[in-house]
Amino acid sequence: MSFEPKLLGFLCNWCSYAGADLAGVSRIQYPPNMRVIRVMCSGRIDPKFIVQALELGIDGVYVMGCHIGDCHYLEGNYEAVKKYEMTREFLKLVGLDNRIRLDWVSASEGVRFGEVVSKFVNDIKELGPSPLSGDSPDKDLINKVRAIRLAAGSNRMRALVGRERKITEEDNVYGEKYPLEKYKEIMSQAIIEEYERHRILIALEDESKSVKSLASELSVDPSIILEHILTLKGRAQVDFQEIIKNTPIYMRRE
Amino acid sequence: MEKVGAVMVVGAGIGGSQTSLDLADSGYKVYLIESSTSIGGVMAQLDKTFPTNDCAMCIVSPKLVETGRHQNIDLSINCVIEDVSGEAGNFIVKVRKKSLFINPDKCTGCGVCGRECPIEAIDIFNEKLAKYGATSVKYPQAVPLLYAINREVCIGCGICYGVCKAKAVEYDREDEVVDINVGAVVLSPGFDEFIPEEANLYGYGKYKNVVTSIEFERILSASGPYSGRVLRPSDGDIPEKVAFLQCIGSRDYSGVGKPYCSSVCCMYTAKEAVIAHEHMHQIKPTIFSMDVRAYGKDFDKYIIRAQKQYGVQYIRSRVSSIKEVPETKDLRLKYETQDGKIIEEDFHMVVLAVGLNPPDDAKYLAEKFGVELNQYDFAKTDLLNPVQTTKPGIFACGAFSSPKDIPDTVTQASAAAGCVNQLLYEKKGTLITEKSLPPEIFVRGQPPRIGVFICHCGINIGGFLDVPEVTRYAKTLPNVVMSDRNLYTCSADTQTIIKEKVQEYNLNRVIVASCTPRTHEPLFQETIREAGLNRYLFQMANIRDQCSWVHMNDWEAATNKAKDLVRMAVNKARQIEPIERIKLSVTPKALVVGGGISGMVAALNFASQEYETYLVEKEKELGGFAKHIYHTLEGADIQVYVKELIDKIKANKNIHVFTEAQMENIDGYIGNFKSSVIHGEKKERTEFSHGVVVVATGAKEYQPKEFLFGQNENVILQSEFERLLNETDQIKNKKSIVMIQCVGSRNDEHPYCSKMCCAEAIKNALLAKELNPDLEVTILFRDIRTYGFKEQYYRKAREAGVIFIQYDENNPPKINSDLKVEVLTPRNDKIYISTDWLVLSAGIYSDREENEELAKMLKIPLNDDSFFLEAHVKLRPVDFATEGVFIAGIAHCPKTIEDSISQANAAVSRACTILSKDEIEAEGKTARIDITRCIGCGMCIENCAYNAIELVDDRRFGTVASINQVLCKGCGACSGNCRCSAIDILGFTGEQIFEMITGRI
Repeated sequence: MSFEPKLLGFLCNWCSYAGADLAGVSRIQYPPNMRVIRVMCSGRIDPKFIVQALELGIDGVYVMGCHIGDCHYLEGNYEAVKKYEMTREFLKLVGLDNRIRLDWVSASEGVRFGEVVSKFVNDIKELGPSPLSGDSPDKDLINKVRAIRLAAGSNRMRALVGRERKITEEDNVYGEKYPLEKYKEIMSQAIIEEYERHRILIALEDESKSVKSLASELSVDPSIILEHILTLKGRAQVDFQEIIKNTPIYMRRE
Repeated sequence: MEKVGAVMVVGAGIGGSQTSLDLADSGYKVYLIESSTSIGGVMAQLDKTFPTNDCAMCIVSPKLVETGRHQNIDLSINCVIEDVSGEAGNFIVKVRKKSLFINPDKCTGCGVCGRECPIEAIDIFNEKLAKYGATSVKYPQAVPLLYAINREVCIGCGICYGVCKAKAVEYDREDEVVDINVGAVVLSPGFDEFIPEEANLYGYGKYKNVVTSIEFERILSASGPYSGRVLRPSDGDIPEKVAFLQCIGSRDYSGVGKPYCSSVCCMYTAKEAVIAHEHMHQIKPTIFSMDVRAYGKDFDKYIIRAQKQYGVQYIRSRVSSIKEVPETKDLRLKYETQDGKIIEEDFHMVVLAVGLNPPDDAKYLAEKFGVELNQYDFAKTDLLNPVQTTKPGIFACGAFSSPKDIPDTVTQASAAAGCVNQLLYEKKGTLITEKSLPPEIFVRGQPPRIGVFICHCGINIGGFLDVPEVTRYAKTLPNVVMSDRNLYTCSADTQTIIKEKVQEYNLNRVIVASCTPRTHEPLFQETIREAGLNRYLFQMANIRDQCSWVHMNDWEAATNKAKDLVRMAVNKARQIEPIERIKLSVTPKALVVGGGISGMVAALNFASQEYETYLVEKEKELGGFAKHIYHTLEGADIQVYVKELIDKIKANKNIHVFTEAQMENIDGYIGNFKSSVIHGEKKERTEFSHGVVVVATGAKEYQPKEFLFGQNENVILQSEFERLLNETDQIKNKKSIVMIQCVGSRNDEHPYCSKMCCAEAIKNALLAKELNPDLEVTILFRDIRTYGFKEQYYRKAREAGVIFIQYDENNPPKINSDLKVEVLTPRNDKIYISTDWLVLSAGIYSDREENEELAKMLKIPLNDDSFFLEAHVKLRPVDFATEGVFIAGIAHCPKTIEDSISQANAAVSRACTILSKDEIEAEGKTARIDITRCIGCGMCIENCAYNAIELVDDRRFGTVASINQVLCKGCGACSGNCRCSAIDILGFTGEQIFEMITGRI
């Protein structure tokens, strides 16, 4: 049997869900692979939702909202873009970014809804099944995606993504507009850091480990691991456990 | 005769719908009468709207659904007004409800009849560009969703009778005639577009690739005949060169068209050109226009964007002839450029920007209702109150009284409602009924007992997927105690069945798997509420619009998808809890900031409805800038009017006037504001509470830095000129006057049109000519923007010998110290004119600092030009996103006195939807905060577009965020960003969504 991807769509109530309804009213035929979860506004779509879906083995996630400027809640879709972009950048780290997509579909774009969904289904078919689907998905990858889910939900990332528009489009607390380019750099840096930190936390779940063994397990330079360990210690998420032959062993703190 | 607390609204376009909603929300029974078979009017036909390029359907359809469902609105379609009697306060209107030949109580709008109809009739909604069955709805999202048989094309084959599983088709169904008793009438029949007759010089009807603007609108629309691809009708090719011709049937004295300006064509043409290019980048639009009349808020910026960003080319010329090139079906346009060259150019397609005519039935309606029409057959209205017809108790709004765009129509719609309020306020709430509901069954903490109802929707679902199988499957899911299937779950008898099953099985969660929650969720929620369940213990699975209808050729996949959707709904249903709607009391008092005409009109309207009103004016005297205006262009006496308003206000015991006053503080929120004002010479301080705020602070006259103003005493402003004309006879000994338009408008500093200056200049020019016929008056202009019926005065001025010379923005007139004016004409000739007075038409500007202070107090935004920014430019032109706060007059954007008065009445009407209630109920699905997790970072405050969140000090947890349930709209932007996952959205909680995600697997 050919591969039939399992897809999930998060649609805002006012435009894209209405567009999907119009596709129905107009009897536009498109492949039946996507299941829709309705939310009131695309701004509601938490990065965690998207990553969680992938983690569970869903082959692709489609986020849809009102066209920019059309948001029923004034600017929810601007928030949605920021959150989506961050999620995508995270997923790039594990090569799953091409399994999510963002689109604006208006209430009158029934035909287009059918088209974009068909395209998404085809694109995902070409990509093949998600490495996380099936009965025995790669344990390592699952842990990586879990790390992404936790990282995307971390205080730091949510603060950065939540403040981005205000700081780069209006002004910060000093009345200055922060350059978007620089903000993006900070974001990218934070994404890598938080991803690696959460991978460390996950790696420490079963047993305590040294910097070096973490470094080889995660394929990250030991000096960077060390920096992360120190940060995580500061956050009271990791603790020093013991020293074995000149090598400190760290443990996860609950 | 005793007054009646009901209102009839005739015409259910966007205007009529808005009036109906305002009145119904303020406690009146509304009879909304529509002549066609669905509501929405022309706006529902539009693709996008200017200047925001909003999708018209996205923004209008929620409003239409609300109108169709409102319990105080009695909507009748396919109606004719037969007779009217009575007077203001008590009319009887005889209405014929023409038969649809389909029983509206039984029709579920499933559409099978339309699909099976063998007659391919032309589709009027799509401007005859597509075909449709004789049994049809106007468009897929039509409200009400009722099919109707068009007897004109129906051949009576009887097929629809057989295929209708709801047994709604009744060929012998007769018209119904009813007498409706109402206290007031609002007429909003809209307009009909000018149809360019066949074989006239534009070739419409003769050449396939010449279309009207409204046809082009359907071509652009994603839901139109070409699915949003811009194709030309002759061969389906993409037209690269598209010519848009303005003023078709407008500003036309030839007798073919109308002499007035249709007000909206300049902007909709710019929009159509922009959207066409946006849809297909190969399209290069050219617009042929006379003046570009971009006089509204942010319109000029849109025109500039069209030119710079989208490469739209403007040519100032009227095309003299159009001929089809037979081989290619291209169109050869002949026109004269401004510098006098005659050019012939070929285009692939021509769009005629047709003007707005009075509605075809204007004369009929006028006669029935006993109102007068003006010389153009539009409703004749009061000079200063544009919604008052010639007959008391009968109001008009929208394009029925003059051509106008959507925001002006919506403003007038509310203004008409505001005037109805004034007339009928004592009878508010007398004719509406409130449903009595059983107490809610307590279900919290009990294990879920879920009932699932699966709909066949005739054959719409059952014909394409295995409904019995889905029903069996639903029964196997955890916590599902019953599942059932129905032919039509939305029919009245099924509602009874649902209620019985709730009792029989002790259900505490109900799921309906059928069509879309967007239209049907409220119906089922009402049903389970009647059965004693909290209305939020409900879930829907959309197995029709998003399943059976879109996978019609794959029975198995559609069945599986339906099962998945039901499972996901069940997963969520397990997590849902009852939600209580919070209620808040309302202080029935109003604050009006600003004592100009807008503020005074608003205050008087509030006070006449016996709402205590606080009127705050910063000057010593009321009156605002209107004190400097003597007459309007149309001849209304403003000095007398302002004096009357001031006298009425002083005499009204419900109005507290504070002069030399400034707001010190405004605290609180919708229904419950607490404010303080510092006023009078002695700077006294007064505190008061109120439920609503109207911002009517006006704007300022620009003090020019250019054209020797302030250096030469004979260089004066238009307002000073007006005073000299009205108060002195100095004009008698003058020989020549030159006026310069757009001083301080439409430039880099103030990139908008001040809207009034053209009319002011023409008004004063006409008066000057009248007082001194030998006087030479020259007006130097960029575009003359005498929109609407003001066009007649432009023509009058030309006839009176006023000289109009156009100048270019980049080559403004030059003045020397002897007041000799040098101007470069469009033909590049230099002309010199000596003048006794140089009159500058100074624009209107808004003071950022002053406005910012008030904006901060009320948490409302300003736009780039420092005018206050409304909640939505198209459909909420009087509201702010901050609820309970409204805008009126020039503080919003430059506008005429009449429009300011309309907006003031509109603001009152909007405010009355709040003040008329003892308490307001908040939507249940709002954000909730877990203060034990909140760290008080305040990020959610910035993410909230509605100012519903603030930081408060909690005794135990320190600084934490607090959500005002009344202001929260439940969008969830705060929750998706909350650093500590402390915010959840009731009805869409993280846990519920996770359960649905899990259910997908």
